[in-house]
Amino acid sequence: MGISLAFHIVFAVIGIAMPALMVIAEALWHRGGDVEDYNLAKNWAKGTAVLFAVGAVSGTVLSFELGLLFPRFMDHAGPVIGMPFSLEGFAFFTEAIFLGIYLYGWQRVSRAMHIVSGIIVALSGLASAAFVLVANAWMNVPRGFRIVNGRFIDIDPIAAMNTPFAAHEIVHMVVAAYMATGFAVAGIHAFAILRGSATRFHRRALTISLFFAIPFALVQPLIGDFAGKQVARYQPLKLAAMERLERTEKSASIRIGPIEVPGALSWIAYGDRNAVVRGLREWPGSDWPPPIVRTSFQAMVALGMWMAAVSAYAIVLRLRRRPWTDNRLLLWLLVITAPMGFLAIEFGWIVTEMGRQPWIIYGVMRTAASVTPMRGLAVPFTIFMAIYVLLAVTVISILRSQVRATIEERE
Amino acid sequence: MISYAEITAAVMLVALIVYALTGGADFGGGLWHLLAAGPRAKQQRLLIDSAIAPIWEANHVWLVLIVVLLFVCFPHAFSAASIALHIPLTILLIGIVFRGAGFAFRQYAATRTMRREWSRAFAAASVVTPVFLGVCLGAITDDRVVVRDGISVYGFVTPWLHAFALAVGALALALFALTAAVYLANEAGDAAVANDFRIRAITSGVAVTVAAFSGIALAPDRFRSALLHSLWSWPLQIVTGMVALALFAALLARRFAVARLLVIVQTALILFGWALAQYPLIIAPDLTIDAAAAPARVVRLTLVELLIGSVVLAPSFFYLFRVFKGRSETAD
Repeated sequence: MGISLAFHIVFAVIGIAMPALMVIAEALWHRGGDVEDYNLAKNWAKGTAVLFAVGAVSGTVLSFELGLLFPRFMDHAGPVIGMPFSLEGFAFFTEAIFLGIYLYGWQRVSRAMHIVSGIIVALSGLASAAFVLVANAWMNVPRGFRIVNGRFIDIDPIAAMNTPFAAHEIVHMVVAAYMATGFAVAGIHAFAILRGSATRFHRRALTISLFFAIPFALVQPLIGDFAGKQVARYQPLKLAAMERLERTEKSASIRIGPIEVPGALSWIAYGDRNAVVRGLREWPGSDWPPPIVRTSFQAMVALGMWMAAVSAYAIVLRLRRRPWTDNRLLLWLLVITAPMGFLAIEFGWIVTEMGRQPWIIYGVMRTAASVTPMRGLAVPFTIFMAIYVLLAVTVISILRSQVRATIEERE
Repeated sequence: MISYAEITAAVMLVALIVYALTGGADFGGGLWHLLAAGPRAKQQRLLIDSAIAPIWEANHVWLVLIVVLLFVCFPHAFSAASIALHIPLTILLIGIVFRGAGFAFRQYAATRTMRREWSRAFAAASVVTPVFLGVCLGAITDDRVVVRDGISVYGFVTPWLHAFALAVGALALALFALTAAVYLANEAGDAAVANDFRIRAITSGVAVTVAAFSGIALAPDRFRSALLHSLWSWPLQIVTGMVALALFAALLARRFAVARLLVIVQTALILFGWALAQYPLIIAPDLTIDAAAAPARVVRLTLVELLIGSVVLAPSFFYLFRVFKGRSETAD
């Protein structure tokens, strides 16, 4: 399940953000009539088609796997958080319908209808992300039911959707999706330019995608800070695991290697330098999340900071009126940064999901109690693993050839 | 008095019928892709590609919708099926992955080898998936999907590996092949290609008939007697039989638009008949629609949501088909 999730997320993220980029390129084409913008929209759409297909099938796998692997979780939780899942179904439906029209309808629908389809794709991608995140937020801060004798009663799906974790999960993730995709696209086009294909097509592509990514990358640390405060409030144990804080401390400090910033953790978590941060030892060891939570958290923060720094550098260049596409340092930085957004997202999900362990529904149901009685799960696990590797290799080779085609035909 | 859960089950049946008619036909297209032969094999494949490409992802979502409704509104049924049918569902999933990914990859493949391999994967998965879809449907109709305290009473193999479930699997494959062949005959611009698919449609029509009768013969007694000896049995059987004969006649007369309408009606009737005979059970032998249902409040809310959702969805789906299918009769 974790592997499926990690695999699906990359494609889901692209499914959220790529349509936005296509639509922006198409809108620029409509406004300015620049044929390169049109080419860009078409090329980006081609990549989106492949990635969306993989996202759709891996998403289907997930919806089945919820039951196949965690039948008892679904038995109890299904009615409580089913609402966002079914709403997500509708959003996904709309996305698939209008993506079909967008990809194959260039000649069949009017220009206005075409771009409207693209906008609908982008919005419904956003909506489906939001609904799925509501469901995940509920697993972290469950609401809208009571438990009597091990049964969920007084189920209120609306109250369940109102979980306080939803807001920051949605904003944090959507912004992450936009910045990760923007940087990945910018990195690919930067690579093409470095390979000597400094055509208007690639320059234009780089400029649009970088302009797209920068604001999100700059605002993300602030959102992350808000997310951290929410975790501190509702899941203090997860916070302790993220920082590997063993003992409860007043005015707790942040330690990264040899550096220690006194009071920083208290301030970040509660907005007060002298606040008490509870340590792991306040809970029994059997409730502790695994140590990977801390490593992943630090990796995510480091990657996020790096992307914010690259964004700042790009802005400085812009202010000094140095074109981005001529600056080899920036181009190389962008190539290096290309995969980082996705890595950060994966690390972030490890923090959320592993940080919730050993619970599948935080404080309510243990993961171990929800698993299927089916034996020999290693078999499907290995098969799906192999399938994902195969799919990933194929997607990469297809995208490579698509990019290579744009380099060669314009040389 | 009809309960909210039963209304939801009816909605799911409608979704299942639409899925069979759209997504099912896409699988059938994959089968004909695999079996493309003769002097016009290439044209057959091109027709299949252009027919499926714009719509398959939207068609596929009907299945996702059914699964989601199942786990929201009938969590006990979802949980029981997930446990006892773990193996066929997993195979089904692998089939879905290869069908979808294969189709997308072959369209954008960089090299000829890659294109060929993914075409094969797409075609093979298009055959495997419907069979297992049918097997799962057959399994919940038979009496061996029984889960007590989270344990499958009949283990993980017996619930689905029996003649009846396999017959339903064969029926699903034949039915999807039939719908696809009829649609393709109708959409083909070229008369010779249309004729290729006409012959395929007639062949698969015969296969549907054989599979349907063997399914009835192999069915568990409860299901068979409900199917054959209820108040509604005779009217339904007669109408289904007449539609089937009319379909053969329309194909022989090359009235493809009429044939398309008839195959739609026939598929709907088959699934409708299955649901009537299965009622009030959702999973045989003893899990009823009402017993498997989530609390009434959840089901009611989901129904409201379905109503609102379909206001957006129905016109969108209709528009998609109008854009890509509406003009084909006149334009080609």
